[in-house]
Amino acid sequence: MLQIINLTKIYDGGVLALDKVSFEVPKGQFTAVIGLSGSGKSTLLRCINRLIDPTSGQILWDGTDITAASQDELRRIRRKIGMVFQHFNLVHRSSVITNVLGGRLGYVNPAWSLVNRFPKKDIEKAMQQMARVGIADKANYRADELSGGQQQRVGIARAMMQDPEIILADEPVASLDPVLAHSIMQYLEQINKEDGVTVLCSLHFLDLVHRYADRVVALNEGRLVFDGLPTEIDDIKFKEIYGQEAERVG
Amino acid sequence: MNASSNNSSGNQPQKSTKESAMVHSVRLGLGVLVVLVVYAYGFQVTQVSLKEINETRRQESFLRILRALAHPDILEYEREEFPVEVPFYMPCPQGGEPQTQPDTSGPYMIVTPACAEARSEITVEGFNFEPNASGPINFVPPSGVNLQLGNLQTDSEGHFTSTVTLPRRQPVAEAQTIRAITRRNVGMPHFTRTATDTWAKIIETVFLALLATTFGVFLSIPISFLAARNLMKDVTSPMAGVALTVLAWPIGIFIGLQAARLASLASQSLNQNALFGVAGLVVSPVAGWALARWALPQVELQPPTRSMRVFRLIALLGAALLGVLGLFLLSFYARQVGLALEEPLKAFGFLGTFVANLGEIVNALLTLLVALVSGAMLGSLGGRMGTWVTGHTPKTAVLGVNFILGASSGAVLMVALGAVVEWLYELGNPLYTMWGPAIAGALIGLVVVFRNRQKDSLPVGMTIYYVTRTILNTLRSIEAFIMAIIFVALLSTGPFAGVMALSLHTVAALAKLYSEQVESIMPGPLEAIRATGATRLQTIVYAVIPQIVPPYISFTMYRWDINVRMSTIIGFVGGGGIGFLLQQNINLLNYRAASVQMLAITVVVAVMDFISSQLRERVV
Repeated sequence: MLQIINLTKIYDGGVLALDKVSFEVPKGQFTAVIGLSGSGKSTLLRCINRLIDPTSGQILWDGTDITAASQDELRRIRRKIGMVFQHFNLVHRSSVITNVLGGRLGYVNPAWSLVNRFPKKDIEKAMQQMARVGIADKANYRADELSGGQQQRVGIARAMMQDPEIILADEPVASLDPVLAHSIMQYLEQINKEDGVTVLCSLHFLDLVHRYADRVVALNEGRLVFDGLPTEIDDIKFKEIYGQEAERVG
Repeated sequence: MNASSNNSSGNQPQKSTKESAMVHSVRLGLGVLVVLVVYAYGFQVTQVSLKEINETRRQESFLRILRALAHPDILEYEREEFPVEVPFYMPCPQGGEPQTQPDTSGPYMIVTPACAEARSEITVEGFNFEPNASGPINFVPPSGVNLQLGNLQTDSEGHFTSTVTLPRRQPVAEAQTIRAITRRNVGMPHFTRTATDTWAKIIETVFLALLATTFGVFLSIPISFLAARNLMKDVTSPMAGVALTVLAWPIGIFIGLQAARLASLASQSLNQNALFGVAGLVVSPVAGWALARWALPQVELQPPTRSMRVFRLIALLGAALLGVLGLFLLSFYARQVGLALEEPLKAFGFLGTFVANLGEIVNALLTLLVALVSGAMLGSLGGRMGTWVTGHTPKTAVLGVNFILGASSGAVLMVALGAVVEWLYELGNPLYTMWGPAIAGALIGLVVVFRNRQKDSLPVGMTIYYVTRTILNTLRSIEAFIMAIIFVALLSTGPFAGVMALSLHTVAALAKLYSEQVESIMPGPLEAIRATGATRLQTIVYAVIPQIVPPYISFTMYRWDINVRMSTIIGFVGGGGIGFLLQQNINLLNYRAASVQMLAITVVVAVMDFISSQLRERVV
């Protein structure tokens, strides 16, 4: 269970990105985060694994306060939180398998991983994860030789290498075309349903939200403006979330 | 102007435009005037003048040098000499002018008059000589020395006429000799001494540049990370952490020095007996490796218990000591083996010397390295302790602790600085170099703690960043040429001083270029790797290094290029390489030889340029 309590983030320039956001994500739920660009979705997700340090508020994960964790504790927490990014964030010049093995860095001993030595078990695991998302034959390709959809699958395989209890997906399909978007979302759905991994996923398209999410939270200018089922978003709610000028497409 | 355009009066805008146009042209005129004055002063200061060019003396010497440069002294022929002699009386004998009938079948000379007083003019005419040949005309007294009177230059029929002045000699009764010599090239051309010397030096130059680049690259890679803003800005530490780091460093260095001495002593006593020595050489790395393997398990799912951590720490320290011992032994045997191999390897003896030198270098650097590593380790331990203390004590108590730690670390820093001042200026007064700085440092520490009492953490990373940048910028502004002068003083003249000077300059220049590449990498992979729970070092290895490999290679090549060019002149101050020959020949006015060296430099730089551009294209 992930509890977010009064989470506030003010950036150095004084921009209020999150304003006392509170909600809970029960274990195993697929939660979508929606909102306009700049509404604080990315900041929210990055506060959860402290890629961004929140200004105030708490994030409790199974009772542990992530915001108060020391560097060593944070490392142990982060390795249980997989993350998938809009721009995939693969290391382009490294091979696909090296990128996937990167997901184990929180587990392996730093001294050995510095000389690129991973346990045999991890390498086997990497092959399994790549096979699962259908890119096993690309293991020794350079990451930038892959298409966008394939790269995002590498990203998912990397997150799965962490044996995550939760996956944070920051606009995982925003850089992909609609057909590929569904295939990527299906992988996330599969991980959520079969492995019981909690998924917190920010999304742009409402149809994807309707199709995959169990629940929706919406942000507008850093404030939580909606928390409920996808089907509850009617036209009035929609305008509250996206502003009065917005129009529904799709 | 904008306001006037709205004015109802039609004249006004026009007038103002006119005015502004005038102001504009006046400004332009003044600007041109200022530029003119600046350049006029520039001409005066740099003494631009064509007066000297018009002097014939200048033109002649210019032409002479230019012609010499156009005839590089690369190839020469073996030469055959053809002397032709005619007897000559100086002064004239008693019986009047002697009559000699020259043999007209071969080359012959007629001297008019056939006898003369010393220092008088005579005319030498030659017939049937080698056509278009040149050579000296010598006067040969009975002693047999050649006194050159002048030169001959035959025409296409082998004839020449030359008027020369006789030397000032004691009168001699019998006949002396006038000898004309023509020379002819024989056989194939071969390289001159200058050419072979230049070849040897240009090889030295290229390798000088190679070594300097290699040394420089190794040092500048880690430094470039310290000078990269995007890596350093997240590095923060609470006050207590910073202070404890500062305090722990000198202790660490001291412990490291002691440990290195211990290992060195142990290796020396082991080396008393060859059997023990070799056994130690084999056993110490194996045992060290095994200990390290045990202390660093590949994967750890649960945090280890405290006692386990202590055991591991002890094991790691043991492994490190064993490793250092092994390296000391290795350096000893490298020297022994290398020196022993020098003789039997003959032409490849330099390989043996190389191994011996490596052993020497490892031996010399090991103590320093151990001290630094131990300082760094204890420093980081201090930082962790400080962070832990800050997190586990109430806020008011933290401030008290911070005051104590801040004052003592400030004092330690300033005392270290005082020691440097003492070393450089030899003041000999501990009030100025020890007690004074200690008190000042403590006060500064207190002020820093007081001013930062509200902050949770200090931007340590950015401080390191700025310090590194400043040092790099200062070093970079000192020309390698000037560094060479200092290294020549330390290492005596020769290419090694040049290597060290160029290396230092390379570090300063490359670290800056590299760090700018690090700053321009994509941040995405960085955050992705951080999100997996990777440590800072892992993030650098997995997210930073793969991104910077191509620009690093490209900059390294570029730097090698620069180093080749720099190494050609570093010999001017005794730094080895071809510059030494070039300077020598210029000073001796031997322009034909200097021309060879200039040619060699041009060829090498052009070839290097071509190779590096080819390699860059292929790799990047």
